[in-house]
Amino acid sequence: MLKIENLHATVGGKEILKGLNLTINDGEIHAIMGPNGAGKSTLSYVICGREGYEVTAGSVFFNGRDLLDMSPDERAGEGIFLGFQYPVEIPGVSNMNFLRTALNSQRHYRGQNDMTAVDFLKLVRAKAKELDMDPEMLKRPVNVGFSGGEKKRNEMVQMAVLDPCLAVLDETDSGLDIDALKIVAKGINRLRNADKSILMITHYQRLLDYVVPDFVHVLADGKIVKTGDRTLALQLEEKGYAGLDIAGNAA
Amino acid sequence: MVAMEEARNAVNEISDKYKYGFVTDIETEKAPKGLNEDVIRFISAKKSEPDWLLDWRLKAYRKWLTMEEPTWAMVDYPEIDFQDIYYYSAPKSAEDGPKSLDEVDPELLETYEKLGISLKEQEVLAGVAVDIVFDSVSVATTFRAKLKEAGIIFCSISEAAHDYPELMQKYMGSVVPVADNFYSALNSAVFTDGTFVYIPKGVRCPMELSTYFRINEAGSGQFERTLIIADEGSYVSYLEGCTAPQRDENQLHAAVVELITHDDAEIKYSTVQNWYPGDRNGLGGIYNFVTKRGACRGKNSKISWTQVETGSAITWKYPSCLLIGDNSVGEFYSVTLTNNYQQADTGTKMIHIGQNTSSTIISKGISAGKSEATYRGLVRVMAGADNARNFTQCDSLLIGDRCGAHTVPYIEARNPTAQVEHEATTSKISDEQLFYCQQRGLSAEDSVAMIVNGFCKDVMQHLPMEFAVEAQKLLGINLEGSVG
Ligand SMILES: Nc1ncnc2c1ncn2[C@@H]1O[C@H](COP(=O)(O)OP(=O)(O)OP(=O)(O)O)[C@@H](O)[C@H]1O
Ligand SMILES: [Mg+2]
Repeated sequence: MLKIENLHATVGGKEILKGLNLTINDGEIHAIMGPNGAGKSTLSYVICGREGYEVTAGSVFFNGRDLLDMSPDERAGEGIFLGFQYPVEIPGVSNMNFLRTALNSQRHYRGQNDMTAVDFLKLVRAKAKELDMDPEMLKRPVNVGFSGGEKKRNEMVQMAVLDPCLAVLDETDSGLDIDALKIVAKGINRLRNADKSILMITHYQRLLDYVVPDFVHVLADGKIVKTGDRTLALQLEEKGYAGLDIAGNAA
Repeated sequence: MVAMEEARNAVNEISDKYKYGFVTDIETEKAPKGLNEDVIRFISAKKSEPDWLLDWRLKAYRKWLTMEEPTWAMVDYPEIDFQDIYYYSAPKSAEDGPKSLDEVDPELLETYEKLGISLKEQEVLAGVAVDIVFDSVSVATTFRAKLKEAGIIFCSISEAAHDYPELMQKYMGSVVPVADNFYSALNSAVFTDGTFVYIPKGVRCPMELSTYFRINEAGSGQFERTLIIADEGSYVSYLEGCTAPQRDENQLHAAVVELITHDDAEIKYSTVQNWYPGDRNGLGGIYNFVTKRGACRGKNSKISWTQVETGSAITWKYPSCLLIGDNSVGEFYSVTLTNNYQQADTGTKMIHIGQNTSSTIISKGISAGKSEATYRGLVRVMAGADNARNFTQCDSLLIGDRCGAHTVPYIEARNPTAQVEHEATTSKISDEQLFYCQQRGLSAEDSVAMIVNGFCKDVMQHLPMEFAVEAQKLLGINLEGSVG
């Protein structure tokens, strides 16, 4: 599904990713952990093509296609979803309208027609319900005045509606209370199937109790420095990065 | 193109049915270039106007001669040679226009397409020489019958001058005096035509009145005059303009709009202005110098202006309310979008004269490209206006870093009980917002359009439904090329 080789990327003239390799196969769930400032969010932005995140070397292929040639919206159309660490507010644009425009844009990209208003409404309502979101929130402007946890949950509703092939979730678990964490985990597990993949960035082992990853990677100083199974996360929880001889980012 | 041909034939077939209900034989005639009393006499004679109206025009002209072009607005343009303008040209004859849509600027057609304008309408808007205005004829006919039943007068200013001279003489120039400003004086001298509306006592106009139904008279856009009177307890919603881009060879437009509400009456006036803004390099485009003013003469009366301004190279426009009657209400909701080299200096004036009068101003300015937008607003509370209230919210959104937005509020409170609130913000579309939208699948342009429409929501929701939908698309189209 996703194949990243020797990826180097700079932000604001500073090299953040320094030769990163990562392969995610269909149906796999990968977790990335790592110290603050290691470059985890940067990796997610580079995968999604954010402006200002310049790739200086290496390659990123998605289902055999060169991602680095594509604009962010094309990548979304290909089926990549990013759950943001800090979801953005868009005043005056209702959640519903936003999602509908997004979904139909992606459908156009794939050569499909608009989803009818009725079908869309059904779909959104169903997904909101699964994720225990008050339907009233769908009418509110995107993320405006949402609490931290509500924003994260809103990301999950968007993910459920857009039904991506690869979901990159940047600290989706941060800021969630225990109940919300379980609901969100349920949402992620629901997406899980043989031809979908998930890349979860997290600081806490807790999420991994609910969404069991196939692989756990440690990203430090712009590289994957260690890869293991879920027990690696447990070790990290116990000993910290220093205990595993992984230096925190000096920056 | 084959499909277009077919559609056009179909249109022409339908058109045949209405052949006899319509005047097609309009001789082309132009007054000589420039302005003098003879030209004014010529215009007046062409329209076989009554003497009082010719006198009115001549007085305005003599006044205009003594006035100077205003320079205080934050707009910049080469000096206008008022002797180098045609002040009267009869509607164009069929031969002058394009023969078919194939001869029309493809870029214009593309825009029509995006707005979802039907082929028939496209032909009308592009000035294709279809010899009658098909559908709107039948629509207009049923429409007029319905209005007549309610006692509503909806006609051209020229017709009104003949048929309703008392109303015209009583109200024309009573809100915007001839000598109000340089352009209102010019308009008063040379106005070509416009719309007259009278809603009798207690009547709620059963439909939205729109210039669209008078599209066959659209050629009179240059020096238009609109006069709307809502008598006691009446209500009317009036839509001016059209979202389709309108090209016009006349560079200078100077319209005058006057609204009058009597006791308990309400006028809702909505405008979408999309005149040709000039090309990407700032060449060409309409200069739009408009005087719009409403007088809430009666108690509990209300005037509400809603405007979406996306067109014109230069816009100079301050729809205002004179709140004379006690408890009267004035509202101004505005979206101004400037792109490329467009310049807009626009805003409103709320003059509180009666007691317990209140006004609301919501202005949303969006600047992109190298454009400059200025909000200029005056809130004046006169000494006798006890308990007057105003709320002003003035937001600017910048796209890119080569454009400008300015806010110039004037507040004059001469009564200690006045409550005047002013809020202003300036923001930029953030990279985060753009990336967020794009990550969800929206193109860069759609992302900007979505964010901008969100920014304008408080104003858009005051537009009549269909108008709002079109206006939303319009914002998107006019923002094209503003990112990336
Ligand atoms: N525009 C920028 N200019 C310079 N440095 C930047 C810029 N954006 C990010 N960085 C730096 O890049 C590094 C990696 O940031 P990133 O957000 O990827 O870290 P992270 O691993 O996601 O951290 P956290 O766990 O705190 O979320 C940080 O040192 C950050 O300061
Ligand atoms: Mg991060």
